Amino acid sequence: MGRKEDNVKRARDIMNKLDYIRNIDIAAHIDHGKTTFSDNLLAGCGMMSEELAGKQLVLDYDEQEQARGITINAACASMVHSFREKEYLINLIDTPGHVDFGGDVTRAMRAVDGCIVLVCAVEGPMPQTETVVRQALREKVKPVLFINKVDRLINELRLTPPEMQQRFIKIISKFNELVDKMVPEEFKGKWNVKVEDGSVAFGSAFNNWAISAPYMKKTGISFKDIYDYCSKNDQKSIAKKLPIHEVVLDMVVDHLPSPKVAQKYRIPHIWRGDLEHTVGKSMMECREDGPLALMVTKIIIDPHAGEVAIGRMYSGKVERGQDVYVIGMPNANRIQQTNLMVGADKIPVDYVTAGNIAAVTGIRDAIAGSTVSSDPEMEPFERIVHISDPVVTVAVEAKNTKDLPKLIEVLRLISKADPSIQIEIDQQTGENLMSGMGELHLEITEYRIRNEHKVDIVTSEPIVVYRECVTKKSPYKFEGKSPNKHNRFYIEVEPLPENVIKALYNNEIPQNVKKYKKEVAKILQDLGMDKDAAKGVFAFNKLNIIADVTKGIQHLFETRELIKEAFDEVMKSGPIASEPCQGLLISLVDAKLHEDAIHRGPAQVIPAARNAIYGAIIISDPVLLEPMQKVFISTPQDLMGDASRELNQRRAIVRDMQVEGDLVNIDAKAPVADMFGFASAIRSATGGRVLWNTENMGFEPLPRSLQDKIIKLIRERKGLKPEPYPPEYYMG
Amino acid sequence: MQKGQLIFIGLGLYDETDLSVKAIQEIKTCDFVYAEFYTSSLMGTTKDRIEHIIGKPIQLLSREETENNENILKRAENEAVAFLVGGDPMTATTHLDLRLSAIKRGIPTRIIHSSSIVTAVPGLLGLQNYKFGRTTTLAYPEKNYFPVSPYHIIKENKERGLHTLVLLDIQAEKKRYMTANEGLQLLLQMEQKVEEKIINDTTVACVVARAGSKNPFLRADTIKSLQSIDFGPPLHTIVIPGNLHFMELEALVTIAGLPNKIAETMQKP
Repeated sequence: MGRKEDNVKRARDIMNKLDYIRNIDIAAHIDHGKTTFSDNLLAGCGMMSEELAGKQLVLDYDEQEQARGITINAACASMVHSFREKEYLINLIDTPGHVDFGGDVTRAMRAVDGCIVLVCAVEGPMPQTETVVRQALREKVKPVLFINKVDRLINELRLTPPEMQQRFIKIISKFNELVDKMVPEEFKGKWNVKVEDGSVAFGSAFNNWAISAPYMKKTGISFKDIYDYCSKNDQKSIAKKLPIHEVVLDMVVDHLPSPKVAQKYRIPHIWRGDLEHTVGKSMMECREDGPLALMVTKIIIDPHAGEVAIGRMYSGKVERGQDVYVIGMPNANRIQQTNLMVGADKIPVDYVTAGNIAAVTGIRDAIAGSTVSSDPEMEPFERIVHISDPVVTVAVEAKNTKDLPKLIEVLRLISKADPSIQIEIDQQTGENLMSGMGELHLEITEYRIRNEHKVDIVTSEPIVVYRECVTKKSPYKFEGKSPNKHNRFYIEVEPLPENVIKALYNNEIPQNVKKYKKEVAKILQDLGMDKDAAKGVFAFNKLNIIADVTKGIQHLFETRELIKEAFDEVMKSGPIASEPCQGLLISLVDAKLHEDAIHRGPAQVIPAARNAIYGAIIISDPVLLEPMQKVFISTPQDLMGDASRELNQRRAIVRDMQVEGDLVNIDAKAPVADMFGFASAIRSATGGRVLWNTENMGFEPLPRSLQDKIIKLIRERKGLKPEPYPPEYYMG
Repeated sequence: MQKGQLIFIGLGLYDETDLSVKAIQEIKTCDFVYAEFYTSSLMGTTKDRIEHIIGKPIQLLSREETENNENILKRAENEAVAFLVGGDPMTATTHLDLRLSAIKRGIPTRIIHSSSIVTAVPGLLGLQNYKFGRTTTLAYPEKNYFPVSPYHIIKENKERGLHTLVLLDIQAEKKRYMTANEGLQLLLQMEQKVEEKIINDTTVACVVARAGSKNPFLRADTIKSLQSIDFGPPLHTIVIPGNLHFMELEALVTIAGLPNKIAETMQKP
């Protein structure tokens, strides 16, 4: 039996010994060495040959990831590790480093209990380090720290041992600051990392070695020894004595929680059901004999098996032939195959139990983010998809018309696997519109359509997705009439306070208002919302709220779902440019209804409510918001001028500029619309010597001077008349 | 001086012979004839047959065309326009809006009345119109729309000892007419949802099918028994009786086949 097969057998044996399982992911800023790191862990555990590690990039099994040298998909793998004479099963999920794929990072965090955060010793914590730490802590995922590329400090930067120590102290304290800032209250002061207890490790993923305080004690090897080996250019010897997987996985086992420990505090955080009830109780205790509860975090398309759902088992057991329900879908799905994942390999097993990561085929209805259970009535897990995305759209066409049906199927699969990709068909033009979180995100997806799904496509230039908002409260209540004129709805709209928008964005408010009415009202009131409005909230749509503040209107309740339909429709496509709305508080302040139900059905109520909401927005000084990006540039001083020029042409605002040795670090923000093509522009302007990256940072009002022009542009593109309609149009 | 006018003309209950002589005379003097059949339909006739009797073509309007009434009003500014409606034109409809809009534009309006289901059903069953509470309509449930207000209205009426006339949904464009069986089923579903113990299998209800025709079908019985009866072609109407006057009870037994055994239990002591 080869080592890999042996491992698979051992993995099966440990799978239901909960104390001996760790579910972790690895997260880092782009280029801080994450994929090489994960590969070497896997190789060390015998999951791939050691010579190939660092070259094969097992987790980067997307051919395209290898070509681009960045990791796009969060792949996953299980491995076995011995610690203090006991064997542990470590389930690893790799996550992408590029910010355009932030949705994947968030989803991966849901599946794990602990996280290794990689920080490059040369660069130190970077903006995306902060992002990933925030994502981890928001999901109550405990972090440990690995400081990578230590050899470069010695061999390239020629730091002395005291200088190195200084640098480490700086990185660790900066990391702990991040943790302090964002850690959940109950873990304040408990989740900081310390060199002494071994929750920090140092090393070189590329050269396959690592060291930590406990390991120094155990082996008697000191930093000085490492320094000497590195200086002598003999890192092979260190790797023999201090293999990276031993050191790092010791740290993982010792400092990151088992599913049994973690689920006790994570379940109440990610699930709003009754914790005393069967599923809830079983998840709290991580029981395999309870009902099945599986959260799907990723769908991958396997050329042989088709759609494979990967997810975290929180309760019960998933096995072949079992009938399961995707919550929200009517019919049962039958499990075809259950697997553990080892890199790109699926290893079939008879079943996978609570506390593990499972790869399952047969759950047709699942998308990334779905809750799967044996109980069709189970309360689903909290939503994990980023809600204010996407920000960029392209129109996708099949090059050959005969490929159109295939393209439509491929687009469906893609949006299933990556819910941050949205596919829509333009009602006017019939074009397929594909929206994503950034230019690169879409480029990569286009690449996949062409090369993996083999559909030749033509795409339009990317277009920014704007948002519509208002700048003041409606000066009067806007009346919308039903087509039969016997029903009237009165609406006022106002901008939501910033902290409410933030709470919505961070998913801190339960979306199922019907079920959590009191809780929702309390949270909103605590955030400073008016008591009546908070109590009247009856639906959310992304970052928008609708509240019923009327009192005692007979039959109004029957029309509520219809008003919600109208609300959803308007929020999806606002009155000024048919772009989505964001940050609106819609209040139903009054209504007058026909006596008989037959004259106030959907055909009457929906248009009436819709017009009232449209009109209320139009009379409240509506504005277009545009997506913004943080832009970080690290440039040699002599290229500073070229880099600045590139920024200046793009309506960018420099927020901070710091000189570090020969380098200047620029922290700027710029509108996404003006950042298209930045990659090649800055490359050619600076001969590729400038490092840069971007991160989405939400939406800001488009400058007044551009409003009318952009609105007209969007409307014409969409085949609408150039100016938005005046209020009278919506009065009916 | 405007010469246009808008006349709302009721067509009555069942077929073209329900049109009154007055209605026919008025239509004959009109320049243009519209009709809508979405609030009510005359099941015993066709548009052709009505056209034959009035000797004029009819332009049929959909709900959208009626509600967006600009075209009708424009025409009525200069021509005499007839607007034909099943039943009595202002009963159980929302045409008041059209009438008000016309008046606001200075277009004179008139109404030619006809018989309505609202009076025909009590008449057929022998129930006294003095003893009816609010009328209600059962709508076909739709996505996000399952109104239970009819249930509350029945409850309110019952508590006051009053009968409830329950009209049934017409989706003329889909040729879908709610049967009494479907309506009774909906009432039972509402009971399950609201649970205020107003309606169950043993509740007595009355069904009238094809009021205004030669052979209207009448039956009073428990909901359970009614549900297994085929009432034949539409339109159907339901009445949920409140307290019955002895004459009413006698009528239900004699005319609507209410079983004596049940009638005895309904007799006030």
